[in-house]
This record gives sequence, C-alpha cells and structure tokens, in this order.
Amino acid sequence: MKQGTLLAALVLGGLLQAPAALAAGGEELVRTECAACHALERPDYEALGIQERIDRKGPPLYYAGNKFQQAWLESWLQNPTRLRPAGIFPPAAVREAAESDVIDPDALIQHPSLNAGQASEAAAYLMSLQYHDDLIEANGYEPGSIAQRMGQLNFTKFNGCDACHSDEPGYGGLSGPELYTAWQRLQPKFIASYIADPVAWDPNTLMPKSGLNDDAVSRLTNYLKLIGEENP
Amino acid sequence: MKRPLLVVAALALGCIPFVHADDAAHGEKLYTAYCVQCHGLSGHGDGVNLPALTVQPRNHHDTAEMMARSDEELFKAVKHGGKSVNKSVLMPAWGGNLDDNEIHALVSHMRNLCCRDGE
Repeated sequence: MKQGTLLAALVLGGLLQAPAALAAGGEELVRTECAACHALERPDYEALGIQERIDRKGPPLYYAGNKFQQAWLESWLQNPTRLRPAGIFPPAAVREAAESDVIDPDALIQHPSLNAGQASEAAAYLMSLQYHDDLIEANGYEPGSIAQRMGQLNFTKFNGCDACHSDEPGYGGLSGPELYTAWQRLQPKFIASYIADPVAWDPNTLMPKSGLNDDAVSRLTNYLKLIGEENP
Repeated sequence: MKRPLLVVAALALGCIPFVHADDAAHGEKLYTAYCVQCHGLSGHGDGVNLPALTVQPRNHHDTAEMMARSDEELFKAVKHGGKSVNKSVLMPAWGGNLDDNEIHALVSHMRNLCCRDGE
C-alpha cells in the first residue's frame, strides 16, 4: 500500500485525525487558552502605538503559520523552555543591580504546557494562521553555507547581533531570543525576511530594521542554519 | 566644570532646546521599550545586555559627555546608528523603526536624563 493510500485509510478509519480536523480541534483550545497573552488577529498597531509592545505578554501568533516549524511547535508546547532569557518585554523582567541590570526570575511568566493531543491540535491550528503569506512569497532566500568564522564575524563584529542575541548557550545578549535554536524553531524564509525587515512583520518589534541587502541577510541566515544544525 | 555651569553653558549654546512635556513623556516610554536593554533601566549605561557588550553603552546621566554632543548628533546616532557618528556598531540604527518625531522625543528624554534631573 502506498504511503498516501495508507494515510487515507488511517484517517478514514479514525486512527488518525486529518489535518483539517486537528486544526478545528485546536482552534477552540488556542482561542480559549492562548488569546489572553498572544494576538491571534493583527492588533491595531497604528492606534495602540508602543503601548501595545509594553503591554504584550507573548509573541503575536496571527502569522504563526508563516513563522514556526510545526514539528518544533508541537514538541515545544508539550515542554516549553524559555527562549527569551529576559522575557517577552525585558524592561518588565529586569531590575537594577550593582554592576548592571539583572533578570528578575520572579517577574518572568512561565508558559503552560499541553499534553500531546492538545499540542498536536494547537500546532495544527496555529500553522493555519498565515497573515503574512505575502512576506514569505516575496522572500527569495535559499539555504546555503557559510564558514563558521565568517558567520560569527557577521553576527558579532559586522552587525552587532550579539548585543541582544546569543549564538551559543552563555554567549551573547539576554534581551532577545536565543538564536542557536532558531533554525529548528523557525522557517528559513521567515528568518531571512524578519532579519531584512522585522518592522514589516511586527511594527512594534524591538529588533532594528537593519537595511541589510539580500546577500548580507543570507549570510546571517546561513549562520543561524550552521549553528542551529550544531545544536539539534 | 561643575554641572550647573555645564547646564548654563549648554543652554547658552542652544544644546538644550525647549522640550514639550508630552514629547518627553512619549520619549520616556520609547526609551523604556527600545533603549534600556543596553543603556539600563535608569539610563546609566548598565542594561541587562551589558555583560555581552564589548563597548560600554553611553551613560545618559553623564552630563559632560552628553553636553559635548548636540541634539543633531544624538538624533543622528539614534536614527542612523553608532557607525554614523564614529561610534560602535552595537548601537543600532533605529530609523527604520521610529519616525523622526519619535526620535526627537527620545532625544528630549535623553536631555532630561543628562541635564534636567533634580531641577
């Protein structure tokens, strides 16, 4: 029996849920459990201004299907680990200390975990949220390679990404999400598109719109591929 | 030079323009969102990212250093990044995220930090 035929038989036999059914089950779950902290529709950024970013409790999810790798999302929802050392809005989770501001662990929000079935349904639904198909379709990134040394120089000395992001555990800034796992978590074209123009994705992003050309964006994206593949 | 003298000199040189209260308040909010990660909650150049930085971020309370720079220089550094004023690449260009009015508001807030505290 061919793979497609087998899958159809399992679905028809009720042994597996079809993707549409999974997503339908996930919608109620996501809208009930996630909407308090995550935007499932595009906020009115123009009206809300920067206050939207200050009040934000979790990343917007209305373009989750353009952003995440579904397998990673399903796995992470069952065992959510912290990707942003200083939380979604770092100024709300740090306090002053003698040498420099430090993260206040008590101020960090813990993400709830889902069971395997819930995670599968939620991930399927989230992948259907694709507000920014336009940005993905407009992006021409094709994965390539870069030497470790050159990639690291691009990440650090040339572009200063390490001011906010870590490219290996324990190295790099704390205010942005860790990037040594970006390749496992995120779709390649999303990474490239977001590096090129984070404001197009999120008008209130705290990541600067760099103005880098396509080649420079590709070098950085390929570096994230390189270090991501080293950190499975 | 004592700080009050610096402030008087700066006022005379036009380094501290009239600041509308709404601009400064909006600037403070923008500063909290975009700047404190490196420049610190209090603006002393000691943000949570400091241990990872190879260059100390500007202490915006350093009156002498801040008075040595015009509003136009501060605006340029925020809009076009550290490289544009021969400073570190670690200071990003925010001109793609913030419009000119927002950057002016940030400059107003920086002027409050450096030169108006305690007035």
